[in-house]
Amino acid sequence: MARTALSPRRLAALVRKETVQVLRDPSAMMIAFVLPVVLLFLFAYAVSLDIRNIPVGVVLESDGAAAHDLAASFSGSRYFTVTPARERDSVSAAVVSGKLHGFIVIPQDFERRLELGETPLVQIVTDGSRPNTANFVQQYAQGVVLTWLQTRLAAKGISAPSAVELVPRFWFNAELETRRALIPGAIAIVMTIIGTLLTALVIAREWERGTMEAILSTPVGSVEILIGKLLPYFLLGLIATGVCTILATQLFGIPLRGSWAALFAMSAAFLVPALGQGLLISAWARNQFVAAQLALLSAFLPALLLSGFLFEIDSMPVAIRLVSHVVAARYFVPVLQTVFLSGDVWSMFLPNMLAMLAIGTAFFLLARSRTKKRLDL
Amino acid sequence: MRQMLTRLRAQIVKELLSVLRDPRSRFILLGPPFIQLTVFAFAMTLEVTNIRIGVYDMDNGRWSHELVQRVAAADFVREAVPVHGNAEMTDMVSRKEVLVGLVIADDFSSTVSAGGTGTVQVIVDGRSANAGQIAYGYLNRIVAGLNADLKPTALPPSDTVAVRHWFNPNLIYRWYVLPGLAGVLTMFITLLITALSISRERELGTFDQLMVSPATPLEIIAAKTIPSVLLGSILGTMMVLAGRFVFGVPFTGSFPLLIACLSLFTLSVVGIGLAISSLCATQQQAILGTFAVGVPMVLMSGFATPVENMPDVLQWMAQAIPLTHFMTIVEGSFTKALPLSDVLASAWPMAVIALVTLTGSIVFVRARLE
Amino acid sequence: MSDAAIESRAKEGIAATGGVILDAVGKRFGTVDVLRGVSARIEPGRLTGLVGPDGAGKTTLIRMMAGLMVPTEGRITTAGFDVAAEDPGLSDHIGYMPQRFGLYEDLTVQENLALYASLRNIPAGDRRTLFDRLLDFTRLGPFTGRLAGNLSGGMKQKLGLACALMGTPDVLLLDEPGVGVDPVSRQDLWAMVQALTDDGMAVVWSTAYLDEAERCDTVLLLSEGELIFDGPPDDLTNRLSGRTYHLRGVTENRRGLLTRALDLPTVADGTIQGHAVRLVGRDGVSADALEDFASAEGADLAAVPPRFEDAFVDLLGGGPGGRSVLAERMEPVESVSDVSVSCNDLTKRFGSFTATDTVSFDVRRGEVFGLLGPNGAGKSTTFKMLCGLLKPTSGRATVTGLDLRRATSAAKTQLGYMAQKFSLYGLLNVRQNLDFFAGIYGLPGSVRHDRIEEMVETFQLGPFLDAAPGDLSLGYKQRLALACSLMHRPPVLFLDEPTSGVDPITRREFWTHINGLVGKGVTVLVTTHFMDEAEYCDRVALMYKARLIALDTPDALKRQAATEEKPDPTMEEAFIRLIEQEDANG
Repeated sequence: MARTALSPRRLAALVRKETVQVLRDPSAMMIAFVLPVVLLFLFAYAVSLDIRNIPVGVVLESDGAAAHDLAASFSGSRYFTVTPARERDSVSAAVVSGKLHGFIVIPQDFERRLELGETPLVQIVTDGSRPNTANFVQQYAQGVVLTWLQTRLAAKGISAPSAVELVPRFWFNAELETRRALIPGAIAIVMTIIGTLLTALVIAREWERGTMEAILSTPVGSVEILIGKLLPYFLLGLIATGVCTILATQLFGIPLRGSWAALFAMSAAFLVPALGQGLLISAWARNQFVAAQLALLSAFLPALLLSGFLFEIDSMPVAIRLVSHVVAARYFVPVLQTVFLSGDVWSMFLPNMLAMLAIGTAFFLLARSRTKKRLDL
Repeated sequence: MRQMLTRLRAQIVKELLSVLRDPRSRFILLGPPFIQLTVFAFAMTLEVTNIRIGVYDMDNGRWSHELVQRVAAADFVREAVPVHGNAEMTDMVSRKEVLVGLVIADDFSSTVSAGGTGTVQVIVDGRSANAGQIAYGYLNRIVAGLNADLKPTALPPSDTVAVRHWFNPNLIYRWYVLPGLAGVLTMFITLLITALSISRERELGTFDQLMVSPATPLEIIAAKTIPSVLLGSILGTMMVLAGRFVFGVPFTGSFPLLIACLSLFTLSVVGIGLAISSLCATQQQAILGTFAVGVPMVLMSGFATPVENMPDVLQWMAQAIPLTHFMTIVEGSFTKALPLSDVLASAWPMAVIALVTLTGSIVFVRARLE
Repeated sequence: MSDAAIESRAKEGIAATGGVILDAVGKRFGTVDVLRGVSARIEPGRLTGLVGPDGAGKTTLIRMMAGLMVPTEGRITTAGFDVAAEDPGLSDHIGYMPQRFGLYEDLTVQENLALYASLRNIPAGDRRTLFDRLLDFTRLGPFTGRLAGNLSGGMKQKLGLACALMGTPDVLLLDEPGVGVDPVSRQDLWAMVQALTDDGMAVVWSTAYLDEAERCDTVLLLSEGELIFDGPPDDLTNRLSGRTYHLRGVTENRRGLLTRALDLPTVADGTIQGHAVRLVGRDGVSADALEDFASAEGADLAAVPPRFEDAFVDLLGGGPGGRSVLAERMEPVESVSDVSVSCNDLTKRFGSFTATDTVSFDVRRGEVFGLLGPNGAGKSTTFKMLCGLLKPTSGRATVTGLDLRRATSAAKTQLGYMAQKFSLYGLLNVRQNLDFFAGIYGLPGSVRHDRIEEMVETFQLGPFLDAAPGDLSLGYKQRLALACSLMHRPPVLFLDEPTSGVDPITRREFWTHINGLVGKGVTVLVTTHFMDEAEYCDRVALMYKARLIALDTPDALKRQAATEEKPDPTMEEAFIRLIEQEDANG
């Protein structure tokens, strides 16, 4: 009785079973479809680092025409929403309570200082408790003052052109909308949830309910069990990529400048380590509670925080940078951002793909050493 | 009355033991939050440091060297990589080898020497919108310094404006992240302890055991609430202390007031946890439920990004999230010496949320009895 | 099949349909020997019972026979394959049903069958006839579209069997298929397995129920990892011939009589069977000694044929003594009312489905009242309404005259409740569990301390105080659960399948305590699938299809079910007969 390692019929039966189970389990459906949409929506609307309309106060202590003109420049800036004031006290309390993120003081002797070229001309106070915002308040307020001075000088005909000027070109995202970078990155988060969390849970559930025991006593080989388990979630992951991409391009107006082929090829490559990790977790923890904890801790949070999705990896301390190298999402997030916003940059995709496949292979080898067709190992 | 206290005590001891008796579950409770606190305190940063900049210097003259030298020496730059040709620049930016590219035209030095304005093209990778923008800002400052040295007659921009960052003069990002993290992690632990405590009893059948005992619905809810509030508050306090003494974030507010608000915060979170567990039949569902509710709450709370950047509808929704309000209090208490009136303004919404959700759970447990 | 496997078959010299050969099998987990030196042959065409108390190593042995585990010592040959060789051909020759049936609850009956058919390489063309045959065999035909999770316990078990039978295996391994299944479903299963063995299959049936063991062709009796008996059950049973008796004509308090009998050095074991008390004399004790006891008690002694269970208990050193220290310490229950539990036209509907339909009965003070019925008959629903966990759609249920759903906390202390699966707090240790249950019933400090000490002493929990309940054996778990529910000395005790899966020795000890408590006037309401247990009851209510179809003493029910062929039916036969009658009438 010759036995082939893989029987298409057995495999098809396992895949069909798994698919029916996913479709009938509301909590799996929620994790696979509802949560991704919610996350995408939140990353589109709730999470935004875009700088516009920062609430600031402008304290106008001087009554001079120039002072009024500068104050008007602040009001006209698209970066600020200005609360005008006559004295510091009225705005400083608002900074403490967080209603304003800073204020600009145009001092009493502003006209005199301007006349004599005395510095400082104005004072900028920011709410340093939110460093990122504070940074932008400083930058843009300085910009407003400088532009105002230059316009003023130019009007008087004593233009003093600066020696060096920077001409910025914002590639791939001319408007610098954070949403454009976040939504492609969010696909990596969604795939981590499906590939690792969901897979770890469904395998743990088979152990918990005793069905794994029944399956193991049939002629099914361990490779078939693995493929039968992973293939449906692999496909589910790709479907989720497709759905998220359609939402991103149609609903949130993100361009897809690269090709669908590259997107799917790279997504498939990412699913290898994602599924491998899910498998490894379930081989280690045969109950759902521990599996969920491990998946959240070792897959979801690193994908969110150590992948360059929200925070620049280069700015992190060396130890954390090193750790991030074994986080598969770290190689997937930049690929996603590129394929959406830039195009097919294979010179970047290929090394990243190799890295993901290497991590995935390591996970599978580790999982394989723990998964045998036995209960007592 | 005395009997009621005995019953309540027994239940509270039971809840605490369920979480704390087993060294493994004690570790699952205490280990991850503190590991996360440490890792995230360093990982979560919007500061821009240690970046690589590509430089395509077609000029190779005196002033371009001066500029490149100043850029390479800046403390946010790890390396200024020489690039030869536009194609290579495009490639390096596309591959994210560099965050920013400088392209200096071949007449740059001659233009500057002649008193004209030499322009430098800055290519910023828009895929990293925030970091790119900040790096561009830093470059502008370097150029402004160069301008001042080259043309002292023009207004020296570096001190045209005096900048003061209140509360955090050096804009240390950790000072911002740590207090917020304490709030986020406290919320997740409290949510998980609460959601699991009821669903565990239901799954294992001990909930029926409770229902036939003399314990009243009010007692059952109280006995679920008090230990979670206690554990959540203690963990939260430990994290606040770690923030102050281990991570060195200055604490300027009132400690007792913060702890009082922390208890109110955990109370309102417990209410949400009870609501989750009332919908979940198994521990599995409770974990997924906690996850599905917790993640959006964190994203909308203003922890990752400012609330005012969100659309109005989401801003209103954010008001129903206890974390939004606690975030204001805990951040304010650390660096801002937040006055009592501001603390109270953020505390009362948490009290309202707690009142609503806890009443809801009592109604629910009653309904189970009816 | 691989050459090695063919060779090994040839060497063993058994037919291609061969059974299982156990050769000095040992299994160790860490430092614990779960099985030691087990040698036996399981022959084709025979039903082999794998019997033993909880924790004897039955599941481990059956898993090794299925090739899911490898023996640490010795060798197991299943259907000609050495299980340690990991020959994939083995699984073609075995059918295995794990304890929880191995079904996918979110797949339908049909989908489960199709899945296992594919996994066992059944060609598509053969499926239709095979499925028809299996569905016909298991009588699951009408339910093919139903989710396995929505089947009753008995139906799940039959579906599990159908899935295990898919490849027409040579060896069928069933791990405790009878747990939690009612007598009617169990009878079906027996008929099916009988038919299979007649076709030449080797069937292994592991069980803690001794009436099941009695019906096997041959049994392997395991105790603490060792094989202590191997042979037809009658061989063991016959060792006891002449040592088993009934005490009849006991007019009142047969429980007290049993207690006194069990204290005699001449008595090895004793149980209550309806109005009679069954006694097993110690080896070498003449009937005279028991005769004297009977006459002193004013009862008649009659010799009865021995049962397998008598022999089992005797082989394990006899049953526990008859005195319950627990009950002796308890003050007699004072009660104003003679009726402890009462329900009137109790009805519960879930949507259009009626789970309990106008059920009425009264339970007198100091009575043991049994609630019996097949899976899904509505006894759990009725039970939950009685103790206030479910709200009746109509009708009224009271305990000591109080509606527990509305009752005050004080009133609820009247009730002791022991749930199915022994609902204990797994995250607390034994002492903390005791502490919690004492506290939740409001016992003040000093009393609490005394009661806990008392429970620890009575149930010999001393060595386990720091252990988690999950690490206790089933028997100790049950003791702990009973201790927790009795901490506040309730006058009324509700027991929901209290001895499910527990071995006979522990069960006897359990009933010793219950008997003692009843002697003090405690009222006991018990649901059970276990017909021996029904014999301990003063009266039994039989529920079927949401209605109460019979309510009487066990003896009267047996008489009611008596027929010409079976003038003296067992409780189980009576149960099945009454339900068949109901089906015929309805």
